[in-house]
Amino acid sequence: MLQTYAYPEFDYVQSDEQKNGETKRHQAVVIGAGPIGLTTALEFAKQGIKTVVLDDNNTVSIGSRAVCYAKRPLEIWDRLGCAQPMIDKGVVWKVGKVFRDEDQVYQFDLLPEDDHKIPAFINLQQYYLEEYMIERCKDFADLIDIRWKSKVISIKNAADGSHAALQVETPDGVYPVEAEWVVACDGANSDTRKMMDMEFEGQFFQDRFLIADVVMKADFPAERWFWFNPPFHRNQSVLLHMQSDDVWRIDFQLGWDADPEEEKKPENVIPRLKAMLGEDKEFELEWVSVYQFACRRMKDFRNGRVFFAGDAAHQVSPFGARGANTGVQDIDNLGWKLKLVIDGKAPESLLDTYSEERVFAADDNLMNSTRSTDFITPKSDVSRVFRDAVLDLAEDHAFARPLVNSGRLSTPTPYADSSLNTIDGDTFAGLMSPGTNCSDAPITQNGENGWFLNAIGERFIALVFDTDPDITSLDINGIACDVMVVGKDIVDAKGRLAERYDAQPGTTYLIRPDQHVAARWRDFDQNAITAAVKRATAQG
Amino acid sequence: MPLNTEPNIAKPDDFYQDLIDLHRDLSDEQSQAVNAKLVLVLANHIGDAQILREAMTIARGDR
Repeated sequence: MLQTYAYPEFDYVQSDEQKNGETKRHQAVVIGAGPIGLTTALEFAKQGIKTVVLDDNNTVSIGSRAVCYAKRPLEIWDRLGCAQPMIDKGVVWKVGKVFRDEDQVYQFDLLPEDDHKIPAFINLQQYYLEEYMIERCKDFADLIDIRWKSKVISIKNAADGSHAALQVETPDGVYPVEAEWVVACDGANSDTRKMMDMEFEGQFFQDRFLIADVVMKADFPAERWFWFNPPFHRNQSVLLHMQSDDVWRIDFQLGWDADPEEEKKPENVIPRLKAMLGEDKEFELEWVSVYQFACRRMKDFRNGRVFFAGDAAHQVSPFGARGANTGVQDIDNLGWKLKLVIDGKAPESLLDTYSEERVFAADDNLMNSTRSTDFITPKSDVSRVFRDAVLDLAEDHAFARPLVNSGRLSTPTPYADSSLNTIDGDTFAGLMSPGTNCSDAPITQNGENGWFLNAIGERFIALVFDTDPDITSLDINGIACDVMVVGKDIVDAKGRLAERYDAQPGTTYLIRPDQHVAARWRDFDQNAITAAVKRATAQG
Repeated sequence: MPLNTEPNIAKPDDFYQDLIDLHRDLSDEQSQAVNAKLVLVLANHIGDAQILREAMTIARGDR
């Protein structure tokens, strides 16, 4: 098979503690160096938490795997300083086409909202994404210690609750590791989850996909194509989307009964591709795999000193790119909370809100992905009748097109009912209700053009519009909340900030370190802000 | 505005005949498809989620 990408091989280096036969207790251990584990290492480094990353392999993702990265995770990676190479390398499609049987049902043009730094999404092979994050980790050499070929073979919480004890297997044998905190990012088949006897709850749906990376040099249009019941793959769906380096990713839905080993043989894959792309189309197969999934989640994403994130904690269908994208937001939620608890500025119960908020998000993702799978794979005769009726109507009638569900692109779930929110006392229009991730906007700061999300960073911010309360920062039992005045500290360059936050002079937002709204008022009130910061840190 | 369950069709017999005529010469399968499309077209016209839910409840006869 052709190779457009040279997989790096990272050196295994025996750790000093294994060499010297000593047991060290680390501040944080991350299990798994995939997209979520690497995001954890970078987030923790940004927070000043020292992290050891253990990975049983020594390279990046084999094959393209996760393909589509949405705006919010890219904003998080931008905060962590590694989004630019992803955006530069990634590709964006604008035209999507939906086919059914032999015919095109309709096509749509994505028109993303203006005045955001980060695009609505990019398509990029997972190996590039991981490579860029590993590169970024090198900037935090004193805080991030990635140990390749290090497999966790046992893990348990210490009886006194003070740490987790792990056994790690390397080419030099087994050595013990202790960690104050552990984040398990070891994927859908998480060994950590199994070793801690934490099985999944519920099982709504499972399916198998044949996924292939295909290189096409010919001028194939930069579009996303989705087929319902195509002639080359009856009774199933097929998705074609572009990646960088002229690599195209094709997902064939197989159904649960398919034989994965048989399906991924090139002699079975290539005829399918030819039927789909046309006999004369020149292409080469780069990578084929069979992917299986179930829609389900763990009951609780925390077990004592151990947190679960990404696919280890929750799995969804691939429609809508909800896997890696939501995993990154898990870590966005966890980092600042853990830092406050480590520093003794917030009670340990703040960590339970990681599970509370991210379980809520996982359920939203499960609901959306179940809805997509119900449309793509109807579960009853009448469900199929309605699905086909929608597709019939969509061709000529605009009203039916929003009903066509070939996967809804992942968007962040507002923590609408979170115990950390302060409920609105004043009336606001727009989307920025408590629990929602902050919308970006172009600003100027110190005379230079910039972006709002870059300006707020990862700290508590009291954002005040067009009124100067004459105070630069509040101290709430050691937690700093910086006051940022729009019109003084930053300038609302295009008026988008006021528009998106429904601002009037005096309007004040309390923003959490993960760039989510915690509270908002029509006037700046120091006591109200203090109470809301306490609430947002599980202190009241 | 709640779901209107009072008589609202000026010529009920005409409407009923149109509905039956709509399905003339269709197989059961084709009729099912036509009914599904009819539901979707009407649902979009109504738009209001609350009214649609009330209508679904009545249709299912659970009340």
